[in-house]
Amino acid sequence: MPNQPREQWGTRAGFLLAAIGSAIGLGNIWRFPAVAYDGGGGAFLLPYLIALLTAGLPLLIMEYTIGRKYRKSPPAAFRRLIRPGEAVGWWQVAICFVIATYYAVILSWAVRYVGFSVGQQWGDDPGAFLFGDFLRVAEEPGSVSEYVPGVLWPLIAVWVVVLVILAFGIRRGIEAANKIFIPLLVVFFLVLVVRALTLDGAEIGLDAFFTPDWDALTDGTVWVAAYGQIFFSLSIGFGIMVTYASYLRRRADLTGSALVAGLANSSFELLAGIGVFATLGFLAASTGGQIGDVQGGLGLAFVAFPTIISEMPAGAFFGVLFFGSLVIAGLSSLISIVQVIVSAVQDRTGMNRQAAVFGVGGAVALVSIVLFPTDGGLYLLDSSDHFINQYGIALAALASVVVLIWVPWFMDRRNNLATLQQNADATSAVRLGHWWQICLGIITPLGLGWMLVDALRQELDENYEGYSTGFLLATGWSVAIGALLIGVLLSLIPWKQADRDAGLDEDILDEGKS
Amino acid sequence: MSTSAIVMMVVSLVIVWGGLIAAILKLRAHPDEPEEPPVVRDAPNGG
Repeated sequence: MPNQPREQWGTRAGFLLAAIGSAIGLGNIWRFPAVAYDGGGGAFLLPYLIALLTAGLPLLIMEYTIGRKYRKSPPAAFRRLIRPGEAVGWWQVAICFVIATYYAVILSWAVRYVGFSVGQQWGDDPGAFLFGDFLRVAEEPGSVSEYVPGVLWPLIAVWVVVLVILAFGIRRGIEAANKIFIPLLVVFFLVLVVRALTLDGAEIGLDAFFTPDWDALTDGTVWVAAYGQIFFSLSIGFGIMVTYASYLRRRADLTGSALVAGLANSSFELLAGIGVFATLGFLAASTGGQIGDVQGGLGLAFVAFPTIISEMPAGAFFGVLFFGSLVIAGLSSLISIVQVIVSAVQDRTGMNRQAAVFGVGGAVALVSIVLFPTDGGLYLLDSSDHFINQYGIALAALASVVVLIWVPWFMDRRNNLATLQQNADATSAVRLGHWWQICLGIITPLGLGWMLVDALRQELDENYEGYSTGFLLATGWSVAIGALLIGVLLSLIPWKQADRDAGLDEDILDEGKS
Repeated sequence: MSTSAIVMMVVSLVIVWGGLIAAILKLRAHPDEPEEPPVVRDAPNGG
């Protein structure tokens, strides 16, 4: 392979916008408000901020540092820290593969709902419209009888857009797109929130959202939820940030950028919470009811919001902005997820970008297009999403700390954290103290481990969503375990070319400079 | 809105948004160091 220089971000702002675009996704808009509300409202801020400071930001900084230091995607970068790390890297790539296939599907729904908003085509019963008219969901999970053209075509369009942006590369594709997406998203959302706050009843919603329930803090599950929200919303634990940081310049700042990206993600999340709850307050006021249970996820975006849009004056405008925001937030995240796969394959095979994007990215698109736009697609999406989140992302994040940090320490007293800290501190705006090593080496794995034990306990208590065990084995457990197995298998394949390319030259350069 | 809700809203906004602004200012005060010339790729200078 000709040794091409690695692509680079054009500017620091460009990298930051892409990193923020990746972190801000659908979860910020529809997951955070419901999680915070269930977790004690205003009181949730405490566990949330503690989780951000003790686990989210430390892990984000670790991923940035590994990416920049080794200038490779996760498999090759982790391998440089310790040989078995490559399996964790490929595992994360496999997780990205799974997530990309269904994330694009949700995006395609949002695209359609931008259009539906104009005439409020969901009518009087948005729930029946979503599951019946639009998705044509089959009665039983596991049965597939037809493709749903209303999802199929927008899904193909989403994939074309994603692959074309990726084909333009880091600077002219991802960076350029995010320079448009993120400001646009912020403007859309600010208009939405201002509109929501001026609706009758907005204060009822904000009251429900922010009134602290301090007793909730004694409930372990609230703390688990806080750590979970931080992990899932920051886009950490599945290789994205390692990949994006691998295109940084050698002397680029790391810790300051991580703080900005992490806090920007939380700032947006908070804004979304305010917007969503002000809107829910309007619904409560107009129906004379109160804010009771708030469901996050699909129900919030595709059922509750359409109901509200139909109720409010100039609902079409509000609807277009809301679903437009979902499309932009989702698109910038999906691009980053697919980039992990593209980058990993490029690093391993030396394939050029276009071949990798249309070959490998095309394969992801094909799997997505074949499997999901059917009448059984929603069940498959729901189950694989749940299992790949819990036993993919969270477990792989834990594995990355154990394999990259703990194992070298216990085997030969090698402190990889100290090495990484030195590397980050050499160029960064904010110097890391020992707290970083303590958070990452001890608190982060404990938080993740606790989350996993708790999730597993619930899993064994009752079947997720009441699905049959057979269905969950076929579409949930097998997906999560399959991603792990594929990760391990890919790491066992000998790659002479890659070994040669990943030779020592960069280490020598790196050590010489830092 | 109840007083406790207003207090928590203000505290949340100040910590999270204030933190973001502080982080941006900190980062702006620390421009990236210039890249070293690319020729070093072919001539590692030891380590």
